[in-house]
Amino acid sequence: MELFTNQVLAGIATGAIYACMALAVVMIYQAIDHLNFAQGEMAMFSTFISWQLMQWGVPYWAAFVITLAFSFVAGIAIERILFKPLTKAPVLTNVAGFIALFAIINSSAGLIWDFTIKQYPTPFGSAPFLGSQLISTHQAGMIGVTVLLLLGLYFFFQYTRIGLAMRAAASVPESARLVGINTSWMIALGWGMATAIGSIAGMLIAPVVFLEPNMMGGVLIYGFAAAVLGGLSSPFGAVVGGFLVGVFENLAGTYIPGVGNELKLPIALALIISVLVVKPAGLFGRHIVKRV
Amino acid sequence: MSAAEEVVAEGHQAVEAVPKRAMTLGTGTSLVVLAALLIVPMFVKNFVIFQMTMLLIYGLAVLALNILTGGSGQFSLGQSAFYAVGAYTSAVLMEHANINYALTIPISAVVCFGFGYLFGKPALRLSGVYLALATFALATAMPQLLKLNFLEHWTGGVQGLVVTKPDAPFGLPMSQDTWLYYFTLIVTIAIYIFSVNLLRSRSGRAFMAIRDNEIAASSMGVNVALYKTLAFGVSAGITGVAGSLGAIAVQFVAPDSYTITLAISLFLGMVVGGVGWLPGSFVGAAFIIFVPNMAESISKGLSGAVFGVLLFLVIYLVPHGARQIAILGQQFAGKLKKN
Repeated sequence: MELFTNQVLAGIATGAIYACMALAVVMIYQAIDHLNFAQGEMAMFSTFISWQLMQWGVPYWAAFVITLAFSFVAGIAIERILFKPLTKAPVLTNVAGFIALFAIINSSAGLIWDFTIKQYPTPFGSAPFLGSQLISTHQAGMIGVTVLLLLGLYFFFQYTRIGLAMRAAASVPESARLVGINTSWMIALGWGMATAIGSIAGMLIAPVVFLEPNMMGGVLIYGFAAAVLGGLSSPFGAVVGGFLVGVFENLAGTYIPGVGNELKLPIALALIISVLVVKPAGLFGRHIVKRV
Repeated sequence: MSAAEEVVAEGHQAVEAVPKRAMTLGTGTSLVVLAALLIVPMFVKNFVIFQMTMLLIYGLAVLALNILTGGSGQFSLGQSAFYAVGAYTSAVLMEHANINYALTIPISAVVCFGFGYLFGKPALRLSGVYLALATFALATAMPQLLKLNFLEHWTGGVQGLVVTKPDAPFGLPMSQDTWLYYFTLIVTIAIYIFSVNLLRSRSGRAFMAIRDNEIAASSMGVNVALYKTLAFGVSAGITGVAGSLGAIAVQFVAPDSYTITLAISLFLGMVVGGVGWLPGSFVGAAFIIFVPNMAESISKGLSGAVFGVLLFLVIYLVPHGARQIAILGQQFAGKLKKN
């Protein structure tokens, strides 16, 4: 039993990483209706920027804020310059664009900062949290930040004019345009916010997985899986999905014999798919009713 | 799916505007390409012949994805898994059971058809990004499954298997590479004709009806579940044949040659060639074979970035892929005729 609780706790700790990433995935999915394959690389690039700032002697929180601002602007710029011209192109062409963006960012980061693994500082310290061996203060801090972020987003979308405008632009673009919402800029704003959230995820994850250009590969896959499991239309679902995926993965690794580190991912994905077969819109997603 | 409809609508307009001429232009181009494919290998080095063989093989794999996505509207990131199953079927049969290479190809087509059909069953409930995730899971699982211990006797585990390259039959005076090229060409042409006719048949119409509107298709009496799984099966079968040919051409199979990267390349090939336009598959295959090499020769350190930029250029210029160029060509030819 103790093994079980320990594994669940460890799962929740890694789950916080996935939850953070899943939140960023859902944000952009809400704004543009696609899964952005380059999201992890964008987060990685932001994390490198903050690392570079700290190398130049900027204190952690100042670097954190500057990186957030940079990511927000960069996200908007990427949308305006690269993806706005593709609005009318087919969906699959947009997906190809994401893959191209992925290649560009990954390879440039490798050239600027090379592929060696770098240490990344944590603002929360890494002592055991409340005497537990499995959760460090950093991981507890990460869970705390994810929950805060979720609350912040909830209030933003429910109680601000601009949040309402973004929701309107995402769900019924034509009607939103008729009541005077600039839907095209709402999409850009969605990109900016998603990139900023992604950079927070990156900076929180980096102390755990270490900083290098390929650090996000695995995390992004789990983030997608978490977002899909929770239902792509619900930020709350994404966070719950993130924790569930973390726990799934750990329990599968512990209790199913013959599952090494390498089969953990396929098994976690298989579990998620079996959930989706029962609930095709995810655990907390809304069912979309289509007209013929 | 509205985007796909748009493409189809454009295509129809172009064909209506220039009915006769368009046909001759299309047929003419195919004949020229076919002639080039037949004659060129006689005058080039073995390495170029090998590359042309790989072009045909990847072309087949992209074609298979095109039938699935362009035809029936189902998205797949799992094509690398079907490719791997085909490659391993051939390699194991050739090396462990001493079966002739040519015979392993129909066998792996059947095996992969069955595999794809079965995979299509649970995938029926999923569509869009959910299906993408499911097929993605298949692609990430496949290399790990091939490494499993109890299969190691057959698959060779991490090391993989070495495949013997076949000699030209009947004492034909040509090198192994040249023979393999012509063999691949024959298989490719046969599958291409099969695919074109499939999409024109009753089943092909059913695929497209499902792609355009599933609910409308089912109310018209199309058996949605049957045709969706069938599309998966056919696509997997063709991919399996490509995998078999690939294994014979490369003379080696190993789990790590068939990762998700392969599936993503095939997807890019389809987009560059034009979704739902079969001849485009080979243009797309050329893109995914030659452009990464080109990017590497431009800049070693930044090859990924150069590839990304080139890809962006292509999708900006022709968002609908090579198909768009073909349509423009037809319209241009039509104008010439009118004047």
